[in-house]
Amino acid sequence: MIWLTWRQFRGSAATMAALLVLLAAALALTGPGLAADYSAGIAACVQDNTCDRFYDHFFGGHDTSFMALSLVVLLLPALAGLFWGAPLITRELEAGTHLLVWNQSITRARWLAVKLGLMGLTAMALAGLCGLMVTWWADPLDRSAAENLALMAPLVFGARGIAPMGYAAFAFVLGVSVGMLVRRTLPAMVLTLAAFAAIQLAMPLLVRPHLMPPITATFELSKTSVDSISIPRDGGANPRISLRPAVPGQAGAWVLANDLLDPSGRMIPDRGEGAVVATSTTSGPCAPTAGSGDGCVAEINRLGYRQQATYQPLERFWPFQWIETGIYALLTLGLTWLSFWWIRGRLS
Amino acid sequence: MTAVLRAQALGRRYGRRWALRECTLDIPAGHVVGLVGPNGAGKTTLLKLAGGQLTPTAGDITVLGGRPAGGPAQLAKVGFVAQDTPVYAGLSVAEHLRLGEQLNPRWDAATARERIARLGLDPAQRAGRLSGGQRAQLALTLGLAKRPELLILDEPVSSLDPLARREFLQHLMEATAERRFSVVLSSHLVHDLERVCDFLVVLVDSRVRVTGEVDDLLATHHRLTGPRRDPDRLPAGQHVISARHTDRQSTYVIRTDDPIHDPAWTVSRLSLEDLVLAYMDQRTAERRVALEVQR
Repeated sequence: MIWLTWRQFRGSAATMAALLVLLAAALALTGPGLAADYSAGIAACVQDNTCDRFYDHFFGGHDTSFMALSLVVLLLPALAGLFWGAPLITRELEAGTHLLVWNQSITRARWLAVKLGLMGLTAMALAGLCGLMVTWWADPLDRSAAENLALMAPLVFGARGIAPMGYAAFAFVLGVSVGMLVRRTLPAMVLTLAAFAAIQLAMPLLVRPHLMPPITATFELSKTSVDSISIPRDGGANPRISLRPAVPGQAGAWVLANDLLDPSGRMIPDRGEGAVVATSTTSGPCAPTAGSGDGCVAEINRLGYRQQATYQPLERFWPFQWIETGIYALLTLGLTWLSFWWIRGRLS
Repeated sequence: MTAVLRAQALGRRYGRRWALRECTLDIPAGHVVGLVGPNGAGKTTLLKLAGGQLTPTAGDITVLGGRPAGGPAQLAKVGFVAQDTPVYAGLSVAEHLRLGEQLNPRWDAATARERIARLGLDPAQRAGRLSGGQRAQLALTLGLAKRPELLILDEPVSSLDPLARREFLQHLMEATAERRFSVVLSSHLVHDLERVCDFLVVLVDSRVRVTGEVDDLLATHHRLTGPRRDPDRLPAGQHVISARHTDRQSTYVIRTDDPIHDPAWTVSRLSLEDLVLAYMDQRTAERRVALEVQR
């Protein structure tokens, strides 16, 4: 059975492995150079305190490959589900060959076990390797990425570490199960893609923020935590403050909520154009004539306004990776059980 | 002798439609059984139930004393060649033999190789490139080399040309002569089965109409031709299978164990094909009656 599975699977497995080897070669060639550039840049910028500028410049120089590689890691599990999982049963049903193979002297459960085992493990291995390779290569870039592309950011988190392995296992078994229910290849592929995409969206939106209770803390306002202050030119109206989606002293944290509190500790509503601060703009540090906004920020801070951030810190990256991979492993086991139950009694 | 196939009030439903119902059958071992019936009569359903590809909705079925597809041992005892003889298009002939060897403990590799050579098939050729007849022969080889106690063939020759048809059945017969095993094969054409079967099951409209050894069936069925007569005036031991009437003449196909003495009848023997057609005709006769009653 292992021979048959391998014989039917070796073509696509070899193609995928070859592509992965190419990717590995490209990453191995460019990775050390990237890391060297990074450490040289850091060594230089620490001396004159221009590291923010270095980060922007360094990341900007590689943002295309950064995005492309992250996309590859995100798509790989979906491909396993689409092209390996969904057709596994439907192709047999459409060609009628299930009547051939399920009438040899092995049970369907055994047939499915070997197919799922061999192909699922291959999919996991390929996706896992790809994920870890990209994690290693992109490490200097992850350190210099802006907040919305940091390691914990929803888009990047799923393309790093061991999570892609869990995604691949789940997507593959999802494809097999959908194929059993739908029984036709093309609809099964479409449905698998739709279901997998929905789950991959629901995970960071609904589940991942609560994997561990997020931290909520308040911070004094400073130049670095304020994105912009808008001060009306004609005076009279109050200034508006927009905060940067970052947590002071917690670089790379995943910010879930970020609000301005007034001196009495109440949250000031922010409808996209900034939170209104009750201070005079006709005179004092926040008047249009007062020059740079730094004085105004200090004044607002003195009045008792504070930043309140709810976030998941960067240290939780690996715990989150393990928990999320575990969740997908459980989902995979559930679907595997379903498909064994289905192939025993229902499918014929 | 033990039964190769025993069904008790067996039924299978797809949604609201019964593909097979109240099927009670007892097929003794050591026969080549022909399962005949028109298209859509439930032949494939019955064979798939016997092979364990389907599970019954009602009743139960045992094959060689076990539950179909109940485990590796049961699977090893039953060979199954499905309709249209599916094979893996991407695998070569030799790889199909290897598949059989890997998946069957009782595989007879020498016979399989020898058969392929005798058929003139190139072992390196992909199965997708084979003609319909060659593909059927490959599927038959897989079924035979498994050395089953019962080989089930679902419409094995329906898609073959007459020459390939004859060759296929000839090979099957040679194999059964060499080694004793039971065969059940289905067809919607009696003609295909006439030369190879010694046991017949006629399935019409998802019900079993008649079963029995071919010789017995031929000995107990007769065609009576004579002056017009109503069926209720026939002797008690004569069961009418089909009846045709013109203004003056009646033609009956009857089943009886007793000799026919009535001199008014011209008694003639039936061919197997006539016999099966009479049972199929029974259905249309019933429908005709039903229509007349409705009017």
